[in-house]
Amino acid sequence: MTVLRPAGEFDTSYAEDMATIRRKWQWVLLFASIIALYMLPLYASQSMVALVNRICITIIAVQGLNLLTGYTGQISLGQAAFMTTGGYISALLVNELGWPFYFSMPAAALGAGVIGLIFGLPSLRVKGFYLVMSTLAAQFIIPWFTRNAFKDLLNGAQGLNVAVPVIFGLEINTPQRYLMLTLTALIITTIIAYNVSRSRLGRAFITVRDNDLAAEVLGVNLFRVKLQAFFLAAMFAGLAGALAAHQLRHINSETFNLTDSIILMGMLVIGGLGSNLGPFFGAIVVEMLIEIATILGPVFSDILPSTAYGAVQALRPLFFGTALMLFLIFEPRGLAYRWNLMKAAWRLRPFSH
Amino acid sequence: MTTETTFLKVDNISLRFGGTQALTSVSFDVYPGEILAIIGPNGAGKTSVLNCLNGFYRPYQGQIIFDRKDLTRLPPHRIAQMGVARTFQNIALYTGLSTLDNLMAARNIHMRANFLQCLIYWGPAHHEDIAHRVQVEEIIDFLEIEHIRKAIVGSLPYGLRKRVELGRALALEPRLLLLDEPMTGMNQEEKEDMARFILDIHEREHMTILLIEHDMGLVMDIADRAVVLDFGAKIADGSPQEIRADPAVINAYLGEAN
Ligand SMILES: Nc1ncnc2c1ncn2[C@@H]1O[C@H](COP(=O)(O)OP(=O)(O)O)[C@@H](O)[C@H]1O
Ligand SMILES: [Mg+2]
Repeated sequence: MTVLRPAGEFDTSYAEDMATIRRKWQWVLLFASIIALYMLPLYASQSMVALVNRICITIIAVQGLNLLTGYTGQISLGQAAFMTTGGYISALLVNELGWPFYFSMPAAALGAGVIGLIFGLPSLRVKGFYLVMSTLAAQFIIPWFTRNAFKDLLNGAQGLNVAVPVIFGLEINTPQRYLMLTLTALIITTIIAYNVSRSRLGRAFITVRDNDLAAEVLGVNLFRVKLQAFFLAAMFAGLAGALAAHQLRHINSETFNLTDSIILMGMLVIGGLGSNLGPFFGAIVVEMLIEIATILGPVFSDILPSTAYGAVQALRPLFFGTALMLFLIFEPRGLAYRWNLMKAAWRLRPFSH
Repeated sequence: MTTETTFLKVDNISLRFGGTQALTSVSFDVYPGEILAIIGPNGAGKTSVLNCLNGFYRPYQGQIIFDRKDLTRLPPHRIAQMGVARTFQNIALYTGLSTLDNLMAARNIHMRANFLQCLIYWGPAHHEDIAHRVQVEEIIDFLEIEHIRKAIVGSLPYGLRKRVELGRALALEPRLLLLDEPMTGMNQEEKEDMARFILDIHEREHMTILLIEHDMGLVMDIADRAVVLDFGAKIADGSPQEIRADPAVINAYLGEAN
């Protein structure tokens, strides 16, 4: 598929040709949306703001997974484990060393990245299903570690209470205040993910995904590139985990578990692998489904009181599983792909056929 | 000729897969600026030779010297960085990328932007992309593939994909170009275009080219010399005229025809 452009628009330099946002009104729209999101607390309910917080954090984790699985083709079921890593690191730095969150969170990202690197090592030797198994190892080893190692520091299965982030004496202790944090983090990670995807690094990622043998023969150091992808993915997860931990004010080995790893992967599939919009679509759609399940649960138990015990718990996986299955069958390229088709058709209006 | 002028020296290499002896003590030299053809029946071991040159297969015996450096034990990406590029018999493009990005991806070995600069993009990584884009566009013009610049290569017809693959190899700016059956499966017009491109590259860049080809007629037209393989062993080595008259070669090709 060629990139479809409105007739009569030509680029006058390679820099212009390479740009994604081409026209003034698109920039205006983007900035207006960002400002509207920052001002959300002025016109939305607290629960709405809390939902947006959760979605932002989730998108960050999915963006990381997208770099690893979507762009580099390395399937991982360990993303939640790296969230755990980030959450613990930030909690410890703030609680034990008194670091401010704006240092502890980047440090959590870096620390998780390094741990991700270690769990990425098997990727040189194993592929596909076997790599999934070895990333799954992270999902067992890291929570086990937090429960059993350094008990006086990590407090075993009980986990840690995490301090409220403070900036200039202001406690970030409401969803409204936290939104400033999650939105800013999301903007930064989005810019990074976008930059990676358009740079030589992103091209190297895709060569490994599309044809690792050709990539190797044409000068790509597979080992190095795969590790860079694992590092980035875990970094994003680490940041997401730290953000979530400081918001929940608590973390233990089960805060982010295998189910979360699977849901993050499902979000990426639904949103679209290897597209920068994919994580947004996937996280928003799945979080919405979970919201709907939460609302419908009590309704169900009112109608069918005898059979619907724990309907909320049953509805969530049911909704998620059904959505994932439908996407795998009908739109395996995800919502981002559908979105691009729609955009292309719009640009060719009124001659869309 | 002396070893001084030998650009690539394949010295007595042997390769085995389980019970299959793919190559048996194969030796030949490639001189700078020449087009050498490797010919031989199907399964003779031609592709295996290229795979050894790439470091993709490891011969259990013998040595490969490229520009006075031993590359027998080097990993594939290091060999590519030394200036060896290739195309594949069964096209091996990055199917999800556009023509342009396939070529840009090959520029990777000449790019210097580090990890952090890629994350920031603004500045060095961006400037570097623009600089390399200029070189890639020259190759695109040369191969007459401007019209598919932004097309995702997975969706292109066979002949064009072969051409993009040649472009990707050229984007590496190699000193030695390995082409595995670049004209197989093409129609006559496409074959002639491809032959013209290969001769042009050779003329303009004085590039050394090692080419596997099945079509004897084409080999006669474009190669300076030819090496003939049969059942993993070299049976002849010389100018196209010598090769054509060689009884062993006639035998091998007649054997295949039967
Ligand atoms: N990866 C491999 N595994 C097992 N056998 C192989 C492999 N690659 C090549 N061979 C065998 O080596 C021999 C030479 O193959 P190849 O080099 O592809 O021949 P050609 O390119 O001349 O047609 C064949 O018998 C083939 O079956
Ligand atoms: Mg072959």
